[in-house]
Amino acid sequence: MNTPIFRAFAVPLTALMLIASLFILLRGHNAPGGGFIGGLVAAAAFALQAAAFGPKAVRRAVKVSPLSVAAFGLSAACVAGLFSALADMPFMTGLWIEPHLFGITVPLSTVMLFDAGVYLVVVGAVTAIALAVEEEEP
Amino acid sequence: MTSGATEATFAALVLPFLGAVVAPVLAGRFGARAAWGLAVLPALSFLHFCSLVPEIAGGAPVTGGYAWVPSYNLSFSWYLDGLSLTFALLVTGIGALIVLYAGGYLKGHVLQGRFLAFLFLFMGAMLGLVVSDSFLMLFIFWEMTSITSFLLIGFDHERRAARRAALQALVITGGGGLFLLAGLLLLWNVTDVTHMSLALPYGEALKASPYYLAVLLLVLMAAFTKSAQFPFHAWLPNAMEAPTPVSAYLHSATMVKAGIYLLMRLYPALGGTAAWEIILPVFGGLTLIVGAVMAVGESDLKRMLAYTTLASLGLLVLLLGAGGDDAVEAAVLYLMAHALFKGAFFMLAGILDHETGSRDITALGGLVSAMPLTFAITLAAALSMGGLPPFFGFLAKEEIYAALAGGNLRAILLTATVVLGNALMFAAAFVIALKPFLGARKPTPRAPHEAPILLWLAPAVLALAGLVAALLSPRFHALFSTPMASAVRAAPAPVEIGPMPHFGLPLLLSVVTILVGIGVWLLADRLRPAVALLVATLSPGPDAAFDEFIAGLLALARRVTRLTQPGRLHIYMTVMFATLAAALFVTPALYGEWPAWPRFAPLLPSEAMIFAVAVIGLGAVITARQRLTAIVALGIQGFAVAVIFVFYSAPDLAFTQFMVETLSVVILTLVMMRLRLSVVDRRAPRRRLVDGALALGGGFGLVLLTLKTLETPFDPALSLFFGQWSRVIAHGRNVVNVIIVDFRGTDTLGEIAVVTAAGLAVLALLRRRSTRRGKA
Repeated sequence: MNTPIFRAFAVPLTALMLIASLFILLRGHNAPGGGFIGGLVAAAAFALQAAAFGPKAVRRAVKVSPLSVAAFGLSAACVAGLFSALADMPFMTGLWIEPHLFGITVPLSTVMLFDAGVYLVVVGAVTAIALAVEEEEP
Repeated sequence: MTSGATEATFAALVLPFLGAVVAPVLAGRFGARAAWGLAVLPALSFLHFCSLVPEIAGGAPVTGGYAWVPSYNLSFSWYLDGLSLTFALLVTGIGALIVLYAGGYLKGHVLQGRFLAFLFLFMGAMLGLVVSDSFLMLFIFWEMTSITSFLLIGFDHERRAARRAALQALVITGGGGLFLLAGLLLLWNVTDVTHMSLALPYGEALKASPYYLAVLLLVLMAAFTKSAQFPFHAWLPNAMEAPTPVSAYLHSATMVKAGIYLLMRLYPALGGTAAWEIILPVFGGLTLIVGAVMAVGESDLKRMLAYTTLASLGLLVLLLGAGGDDAVEAAVLYLMAHALFKGAFFMLAGILDHETGSRDITALGGLVSAMPLTFAITLAAALSMGGLPPFFGFLAKEEIYAALAGGNLRAILLTATVVLGNALMFAAAFVIALKPFLGARKPTPRAPHEAPILLWLAPAVLALAGLVAALLSPRFHALFSTPMASAVRAAPAPVEIGPMPHFGLPLLLSVVTILVGIGVWLLADRLRPAVALLVATLSPGPDAAFDEFIAGLLALARRVTRLTQPGRLHIYMTVMFATLAAALFVTPALYGEWPAWPRFAPLLPSEAMIFAVAVIGLGAVITARQRLTAIVALGIQGFAVAVIFVFYSAPDLAFTQFMVETLSVVILTLVMMRLRLSVVDRRAPRRRLVDGALALGGGFGLVLLTLKTLETPFDPALSLFFGQWSRVIAHGRNVVNVIIVDFRGTDTLGEIAVVTAAGLAVLALLRRRSTRRGKA
């Protein structure tokens, strides 16, 4: 699979897929998408990159271990659920704030943080599996 | 009771756990001197419980607690009546003394802090056990005492014997705890309450219930394992591998009495029936005789004491099962006397071991000149244990004989058993109290000298308490004995016995006991080998049986593992799909509920094309010669399914399906390369046939299930609910996503935890493979 054409296309394609994955994550609440699908798209992007340049290159580029990303996402999701305790509401109650930034209303919520956590878990875990399977044996 | 008192009691219950946290820090900084400061914590608890004595002695139990899971009636709640309070005082009072003693005993030990932390953990657990009102709390603390006992017995974990003893204690007492759980659950089912204070008044209903015997047997299993009744007693003598403070505290004064506590606690609910009055005296009597005989046959000080403890526990069980009100009072008195003198005795044995380097009774002699104070305290403990006036042990023994003596066969049998057991214990007590101190001086590994105050203070206080309690008996009975006996019997039970001997049958029996005891004492050296011979003749005993049991259990586990985990993927897959097919076909066949052939809507050309793609993909999977082709073809079929989802307006589902199919193809391919499977799938024709049948079975089974599901009328309640509220209360128009992250967010949290764990597991498996290959 190491053809020059594939390699040449892999970089912009990966970048596009990553941006698309973020877009899918953020639009998910109102249109098809969400953390789970976005995470899968991002994982596919990393798998593509690994197919073109090898898993070592992906690890170098990402810098942190994919599984730590998953763990971080899981913690973020837990924290998102705990916010409601501050408002004296049951675990996982969604809280919303709508601050006005630069004249635009930006709805922010613990639900969004939770979805981002889902995204990170899926990216991290699937990428970790894909890279580990692809790596040459020592 | 005011709310401030609730908090104070809670604090008294938590203080030992606080001790567990600070002990390592303090011991690390101040060494043995930290014991003085640490002993303050249980002493404070002790004082708090003392302050409750007048109220409880007045007949008003102290209760309190906090709700835990109110919807299940679970609470952290305590119920302090005379019984619980006496136990709480023993646990905290002796606990404070033991901390001091442990400070002196393990002076300079590297892990003294850890030891004290374990000791405090146990103290907190034991305290929780005896004050618990809620069943759940009782069970949790019960198992916690087993676990902390495991840690303490195995403290010296570099010795094999200590590890074995710790494991044995954990298996037997922790296993008994499971019986307790079952018993309490059954009790809950019968009485419909989850708290001791509420369950006890159900005694009559419970005894009439068909489940009575089951509850009783389960509770007895728990009590007998914890209180080391024959034949579950082997762990107690072996537990002497623990450092002596542990033996003194856990294995004489407190933990082994947890079983007795349970029997006393449930006496109003379960006691007094024919089954109770047959089982308890039989096992108690057996334990009494076995323990007393073995004690005379031992030469190791601590093991001798352990066997006498066994005998005492047997005596307590026998008394509780003897029937009659006096027997309960006798058990109450004996329990208190035993906690005082046996705790002291163990600590004294520890002093001898510590200061001379030996605890073999035959290797010690003439120590009175070197250790006069230790001798005096030992003598006081022995007098109480031997049941001589004016010590508290005498009161207990008089009450025992007054309660048991009678004209019928049962009474005579019980009395004879108890007289024999007591005589043997009397002999053992004076063997320990006199043999090491009198006679010719024998050379010891260490030059003997008097113990430091940290060591002798605790046994001295306990021995003195045994004397003071007897001398001030009217006051002591009013404050402790009577409330405790009344709590056990759930009726007023005034205790009146005093330290002055009265002529009568009990005194006569006491004299017989002492005379027989002196006889055994004189013959002790000659009896020891005789008992050893007897034990050798009767062996293998329960101790060896335990090893057999563990070995058998491990062998069984290995066999089951080999059967269920053959380690071949092909077998796993065959089992899974065969089960799936069987489940899907057998159920409708049994109930005769096959789905009817549904009416299909006419197929649109676009749909027909997608179906064709899916079928072509499947055909390619089946006919492909190369594995890689099959994997990619499987992906084609998956994509076709995704397109079908799009047709039926499930964009999120379709989207996910696309991504999952893509990644599956990639990862499957990588796995195939990684496992170095041959490019071509070569299966024997017979196996092809079997695999094909399984695949068809599973596939058609799922078709049946789907058809059957479609037959049930569609209930739009949920769709309507989510459609209506998703935008309004969850601020999202994409219902699927709102369900995932908000309405059912906790499910998702669980799912992503599974995804993370799966990632970890895959990495672990791959790493294990590669390291194994690296080594080979």
